Amino acid sequence: MQAVAEPLHGHAHGEELSFWRKYVFSVDHKVIGRQYMSLALFMMLIGALTALLIRWQLAWPETPVPGFAWVPEPTMFAGVVPPEFYNALITMHGTIMVFFVAMPFLLGGFGNFLIPLMVGAEDMAFPRLNMMSFWTIFTASMILVASFFVPGGAAAAGWTGYAPLSADPQFTGVNWGINLWLIALALEFASFLMGGVNFLTTAINMRAPGLSLMRLPLMVWMQLTAAVLFMLSVGPLVGGAVMLLFDRTIGTAFFQPARGGDALLWQHLFWFFGHPEVYVVMLPGFGVLLEVFPVFTRRPIFGYKAIIYSTIGAGVLSFVVWAHHMFVSGIDPRLATPFSVTTILISVPFAIMVFSMVASFRGGSISYPAPMLFAVGALATFLIGGVTGIFLGSAAVDIYLHGTYFVVAHFHYTLFPAVLFGGFAGIYFWFPKMFGRMMNETLGKIHFWITVVGFNCVFIPLFLAGAAGNVRRVYNPMQYDFLKHLAPIHQFATIATVVLLIGQIPFVINFFWSLFAGQPATDNPWKANTLEWATASPPPHGNFEKVPTVYRDPYEYSLPGLAEDYLPQGVPAPAPRGV
Amino acid sequence: MSSVAIAEHPHADSREFTAQPLGKVGVWWFLASEIMVFGGLIGSYILSRIAAGGWVAERAHVNTRIAIINTIVLVTSSFTVVKAHAAAEADDRERTRWFMLATVLLGCTFLCIKGFEYSREIEHGFTPATSLFWSFYYTMTGLHGLHVLVGIIINFALFLAVGGGGWPRIKHRIEYAGLYWHFVDVVWIFLFPLLYLA
Repeated sequence: MQAVAEPLHGHAHGEELSFWRKYVFSVDHKVIGRQYMSLALFMMLIGALTALLIRWQLAWPETPVPGFAWVPEPTMFAGVVPPEFYNALITMHGTIMVFFVAMPFLLGGFGNFLIPLMVGAEDMAFPRLNMMSFWTIFTASMILVASFFVPGGAAAAGWTGYAPLSADPQFTGVNWGINLWLIALALEFASFLMGGVNFLTTAINMRAPGLSLMRLPLMVWMQLTAAVLFMLSVGPLVGGAVMLLFDRTIGTAFFQPARGGDALLWQHLFWFFGHPEVYVVMLPGFGVLLEVFPVFTRRPIFGYKAIIYSTIGAGVLSFVVWAHHMFVSGIDPRLATPFSVTTILISVPFAIMVFSMVASFRGGSISYPAPMLFAVGALATFLIGGVTGIFLGSAAVDIYLHGTYFVVAHFHYTLFPAVLFGGFAGIYFWFPKMFGRMMNETLGKIHFWITVVGFNCVFIPLFLAGAAGNVRRVYNPMQYDFLKHLAPIHQFATIATVVLLIGQIPFVINFFWSLFAGQPATDNPWKANTLEWATASPPPHGNFEKVPTVYRDPYEYSLPGLAEDYLPQGVPAPAPRGV
Repeated sequence: MSSVAIAEHPHADSREFTAQPLGKVGVWWFLASEIMVFGGLIGSYILSRIAAGGWVAERAHVNTRIAIINTIVLVTSSFTVVKAHAAAEADDRERTRWFMLATVLLGCTFLCIKGFEYSREIEHGFTPATSLFWSFYYTMTGLHGLHVLVGIIINFALFLAVGGGGWPRIKHRIEYAGLYWHFVDVVWIFLFPLLYLA
């Protein structure tokens, strides 16, 4: 009857798989999830290096970056970043961080690892498709990294690839870099389309008996919504990427006004996807917070259903807000107003989610181990990002702020909390389930405090610089007299960037040390309710000994009259007090 | 063989929350995302055409007669794939085989006619670089042609598989391949009037 992986798991229970089948070309969602996560962390390293070079250039323009004198010309000149390479850096930083860190980290990593466990399934619906999706994004990542080394260097038309800048090699001086960038993006989209089919089919069809939609852990809801948003928004950009590639290679003129095309069309296609994409990345980050808060406040999440309906509402609205990225692109003001309204409207469902999270703390017995610290940090920093978003949603204000560092600070305040604070919270939280060992608490706390202080010191100054009129996408802002007084602000932000990067060293040490020498974890070290904690740490191949049955909502903490302050979803009858 | 393996599988019987097989749910979501790929292209085409104007002269050079023949070929192939599915449901493997083969051959006919059309157009100097209309024409029909090619490969693989083992699974896959093939057909039903008639 079923397409589900009949021979794949049939074998695996009995026989030992070879090294290659077990760790490299594995069809096990847990291995694939960890592969995605490793890829994301590796790409994060490259993304962080690009950030460092960008920040150095802004703080001490056209001076040698310490430690980069070895980079050959014409990429860098004895450690100095030339303008062409600066353009490539900002392009690749955006592309890497959004498409090759945030998505593989939160969706590929956590989504793959958690969805089957949380719905009580033995694997994804289509394990081989899952493996293919990982190797597709792996190929895409390698192509993207390789594009640094082709003649002309990496793509340099901005991560949004605005036409006609991106449509004709003569404008940027980059030919193969942008072609490879487009191919890498197309492969990345294909990878997550395969992933999306898997996520949706698994969460819709493979839930354990008793696990109705309104009993699903919120992480699964967030991953589901993210997958729907991605699959329904990326199509036009896939078409757009093909059109842009044709413009560059076979002489079509879709995006070149000089030959009858329309440059704004690219922006519409890009942002029709680009805005839902923001939520594709952000919702799974929220999902981590929503799993972590109930566990460490020992309280049910406040407004479970309100959060679900808000998520769906935000998802629907996210398809009609894209033009707020284009207020300064020359769109009709009559078009700008409705998009202003929808953009400000979309803050309502997010406000409901944030208030629900805050309300979940009320009356809880709150403890602050590393995952909880990162989750609270994510919520607090995200608030600043959310509130500044309302400024930018209003077309009149946006016209002043859009081209400045205010926007840079704003979107880093939304995506950094979701992807990195949320992602780190998730790693500290699920590490015991992933690897069967606990992470070190002290190193985790050091990591958190350096990260949260470092992050705020990088980006609060950028709000100020932006409000003072510091334009973005400019190689050397200090060449303008009216910006010269901002030099100390940029230098402060750059020093903070270095601190932020150094602050990740405790995490790296912690990760690898705990992997091999961490304290062994029990099945349910945090006393949590959802199904992933009902199996061994790490879960065996096939996940569960027998199909779990679900009896209740996912966040039943501190129920009165019980011996324990938690009641897992898969436990049939509550144990009375004193037994 | 497969039905036995699934019966022994500890989870399989409880895994149909929506009473639909996994493959079908997956294919429908895949098609939803495909609709958006072509939807974006078709939307761009319509908006560009409204904004630019004066495309009627360009359109006059496409060969509507060949396209009508091609439409008939593709619609017929949709009919044969339905017949293949019906035969598969009735467990008539021989009929299923022949109707799958017919679908494959009709798909190939469509691509051959399309290739002939392309060569005629290029011969007359209408290439993707000629104008915006021809850019859209080649991109849209090209992407559609690519989908037809993928469909032919899938249908051909199933045609070969009908004779082999694992019939219950093949039966389902014929249905899923049929869903995809219908989608490819429907896309053409949109492209044909937009590019040739409008």
